[in-house]
Amino acid sequence: MKAKVHVTLKPGVLDPQGKAVAHALDALGFSGVHGVRQGKFIEIDLGDQDPGGAQARVDAMCRQLLANTVIEDYAIDIVD
Amino acid sequence: MHAAVIVFPGSNCDRDVAVALTQATGRAPLMLWHRETEVPPLDLIVVPGGFSYGDYLRAGALAAHSPVVREVKARAAKGVPVLGICNGFQVLCEAGMLPGVLMRNAGLRFVCKDVWLRVENAATPFTRGYRSGQVVRMPIAHNDGNYYADATTLDKLEGEGRIVFRYCHADGRVDDAANPNGAQRGIAGIADGRGSVLGMMPHPERAADASLGGTDGRTMFQSLLTVLA
Amino acid sequence: MNDPATVTAEMVADHGLSPDEYDRILTILGRPPSFTELGIFSVMWSEHCSYKSSKRWLRLLPTSAPWVICGPGENAGVVDIGDGLAAIFKMESHNHPSYIEPYQGAATGVGGILRDVFTMGARPIANLNVLRFGSPDHPKTRHLVAGVVAGIGGYGNCVGVPTVGGECTFHPGYDGNILVNAMTVGLARADRIFYSAAAGIGAPVVYVGSKTGRDGIHGATMASAEFSDDTEEKRPTVQVGDPFTEKLLIEACLELMATDVIVAIQDMGAAGLTSSSFEMASKGGLGIELDLDRVPVREAGMTAYEMLLSESQERMLMVLKPGREGVAEAIFRKWELDFAVIGNTTDTGRMVARHQGRVVVDVPIDPLAKASPEYDRPLADPPGPAPLAATAVPASADPLEALPRLLGSPDLSAKRWVWEQYDHMVMADTVQRPGGDAAVVRVHGTGKGLAMTCDCTPRYCLADPVEGGRQAVAEAWRNLTAAGAKPLAVTDCLNFGSPERPAIMGQFAGCIRGMAEACSALAFPVVSGNVSFYNETNGVAIPPAPSIGGIGLIDDLDRMATPGFRAAGEAIVLIGGDPAPTGGWLGQSLFLREIAGLEAGAPPPVDLEGERRTGDFVRSLIAAGRVVTCHDISDGGLLVAVAEMALAGNIGAALTVPPSLAEPLAWLFGEDQGRYLVTVPQDSVAGLLAGAEAAGVTALAIGTTGGDRLTLGPDGAISLAFLREAHEAWLPRFMAISAARLA
Repeated sequence: MKAKVHVTLKPGVLDPQGKAVAHALDALGFSGVHGVRQGKFIEIDLGDQDPGGAQARVDAMCRQLLANTVIEDYAIDIVD
Repeated sequence: MHAAVIVFPGSNCDRDVAVALTQATGRAPLMLWHRETEVPPLDLIVVPGGFSYGDYLRAGALAAHSPVVREVKARAAKGVPVLGICNGFQVLCEAGMLPGVLMRNAGLRFVCKDVWLRVENAATPFTRGYRSGQVVRMPIAHNDGNYYADATTLDKLEGEGRIVFRYCHADGRVDDAANPNGAQRGIAGIADGRGSVLGMMPHPERAADASLGGTDGRTMFQSLLTVLA
Repeated sequence: MNDPATVTAEMVADHGLSPDEYDRILTILGRPPSFTELGIFSVMWSEHCSYKSSKRWLRLLPTSAPWVICGPGENAGVVDIGDGLAAIFKMESHNHPSYIEPYQGAATGVGGILRDVFTMGARPIANLNVLRFGSPDHPKTRHLVAGVVAGIGGYGNCVGVPTVGGECTFHPGYDGNILVNAMTVGLARADRIFYSAAAGIGAPVVYVGSKTGRDGIHGATMASAEFSDDTEEKRPTVQVGDPFTEKLLIEACLELMATDVIVAIQDMGAAGLTSSSFEMASKGGLGIELDLDRVPVREAGMTAYEMLLSESQERMLMVLKPGREGVAEAIFRKWELDFAVIGNTTDTGRMVARHQGRVVVDVPIDPLAKASPEYDRPLADPPGPAPLAATAVPASADPLEALPRLLGSPDLSAKRWVWEQYDHMVMADTVQRPGGDAAVVRVHGTGKGLAMTCDCTPRYCLADPVEGGRQAVAEAWRNLTAAGAKPLAVTDCLNFGSPERPAIMGQFAGCIRGMAEACSALAFPVVSGNVSFYNETNGVAIPPAPSIGGIGLIDDLDRMATPGFRAAGEAIVLIGGDPAPTGGWLGQSLFLREIAGLEAGAPPPVDLEGERRTGDFVRSLIAAGRVVTCHDISDGGLLVAVAEMALAGNIGAALTVPPSLAEPLAWLFGEDQGRYLVTVPQDSVAGLLAGAEAAGVTALAIGTTGGDRLTLGPDGAISLAFLREAHEAWLPRFMAISAARLA
């Protein structure tokens, strides 16, 4: 079982990297890009454990370490 | 004064700050490996600059969970002064000892240069050697020094006099042109509620020797000595 | 994945081995090699590892002096700096990887050179680099500059070694082949230097550092082949650096070196495990047995071939004293690094590797390592440069109009944008920061300093390789002298095109001859170095660039000079050069290139005897405390040098052109060699001039410091603010255009 965690900046927090990527896409001729937000993708191999508890455990991991909740949101996807 | 410098895997200003402390106080600090849980009585704890754990995940995030940090928190709660410099500031924020977070520099590049700082609060044990409003010069060297906190937190920091240093021009003016990393309200250093935990991006230990280009940082170590001796 | 069972002619060719070389393998082994063995021969006999085309010429270089502890042949050169300390240093190229993947290529270049230095027991104290990019107009240039600079900073900043100096220039000749040469200087106790020769039979061979992956397989062979348009596809072979692990490796190795358990140590650089194990066994006259099943690996299913040739970064191989593995293991575990005993030394003189119960390699070490090919490649002397036509110089040019254009040209413009991305102050010993003549780093805990510099003028080398080779060495020597340092020794990084072309071998041989002359005349021996051939694309070679990294010693940091003017009202004195100011040498000058649009003529000749006399005199003035402001005159000539001193000190100057000169342009912008500018109080001028005369050195007072402008004669002046804007603006503006595109 694996947990796929997406960590993204909260709305409203300035994202200079995302902004630069948006500029770059524009410079490359990709029109219609209204905004870019850059984040992190973290894949955690959980081995064989109780699927019920996995969500809660990964949520705790996110709160304690994987995301800084001052500026970041996270989303967890548990997959087999 | 019994000082300790915390050493994480990837710390790289630990020796520099130890040299500056020794020169200013006449006594070499204890170098404390991050796995230590037994910590002797101390008058000062310094969390030095560097790239603890390679800045992987987020600057300071992994070090903030080191065993020794639990002890640092406990001592800070008892009022032992804690100074976090550069990566040390990032660690203190990630450990929840100071509010906010240090994000990637707005210019997206590492910046190493001398900057001017305005001393906003000269009443902390770290800054008693300065005058309030004094302009001092110290180097910065970081990738992630862009201080961020929500507006409520920032207002609270302002209101409680917890903004200790701000980036400024040589004449003390604070504006965007003097801000090297996009930090909100030009913040270069902040303190906790009682003023005994200070986090700052500039490196006072690199401005503690005239032959390196300045001694404004030495004042900080000397004022600690005066307060804590 | 399994390796092929038999070796075909095609595989031999793919490994870059000639039929002759393959025959030699058959003779050495007495049988056809296995696929893994073929790979081993291929990397060990690659140009990069074997120096087969350059060896014969490198022997011309002087390599000894009373202060040299270890010359070429080890991981880095070692010189005695007194007080029981030694400086250990080397420069190395990472050109091809940096072109293909600029961030990682440059970063791993820094990592590799750091390992070469701390392998010998030194704590690295400074990094420098030479960067030569293509034309600013070339579409890839910005991307390469951004990536290379970020990569060097990303690695050096994280390991906590200051990057204190270097060169950064632009020329269309590097459009398809940029140069990234990285240099590290370290400090060790002179009686605690570690070498690579193994000793003792049955001693454990230990692997430490990162795990082995498939990265960089055949990097050494790649560095020995020229580019073509399909090079982009070679991307997967570029290694990825992990500066955090490197930092741990430095601390762990230095901690282990403080014990007495290491017999020999070698970093796994080009050709990885193969090259390091061969080197240790060969130098010790021993054999070695490796059990590849014990090699820490990052990926499943790696073959013997991959493990032996992987260039994964941040790995070291050591031979320990038998029974002392525990001491070493505890240290490496503390630093959270992999540690594995993967073999032992033997008395067989052979390298034997086992994998999954089979012997996959069994080759004799000496014939392979010592009987590697050596070529006396045919060479063609380059045609002498055409003399500069008198009409080539724009006689009507206004010097004060030309000056800001020169200062704002890509090569002379301020490189602040580059070095502000490098932590140049960590370790708190940087006493002269980037931007001057030489960087100066204090010998920790003492009042002494090491001055360091990187130099070469490729346009001189292209026009006249011998003169260019001389000049590169002389300029490094001069830069160290200008800081007040006694020049000690040189590391070189020789960047050229394909040695298989006689014209390129001619350039190489010429540059070496010139370097050898200069190193001998200036008592400035070469103690380490690296050759990078095949810097060419579609048959067009780079302008030859033998980078010279020089270090020098300042005995007393209170007696050190810096380039910036310090006070108004001081006399500016020109020291060295022609006895009579009859003109100036404009051939191959930047004035000619940037203002007249011409790359022409012969480069300025270097008078090595005069060079030494002048430098020794200038150094004696600094050592006596009579001069604290000094700058050498190089690219751009005298007026540019004065402007640099004025900008660095934020104090202007008024210059007087000698009245004997009808036409001042050549005097102001000529790049005549062997010259310095110093300032002294007015009442010291007479004494200085007399001292110079007694020393057989020319000296001429040419102006006075002061004000906020640069004044030339009665009617010309230009403000420092304007010059500063011209000097500082070009690079940030150039790179800003890229910010949107690259980020």
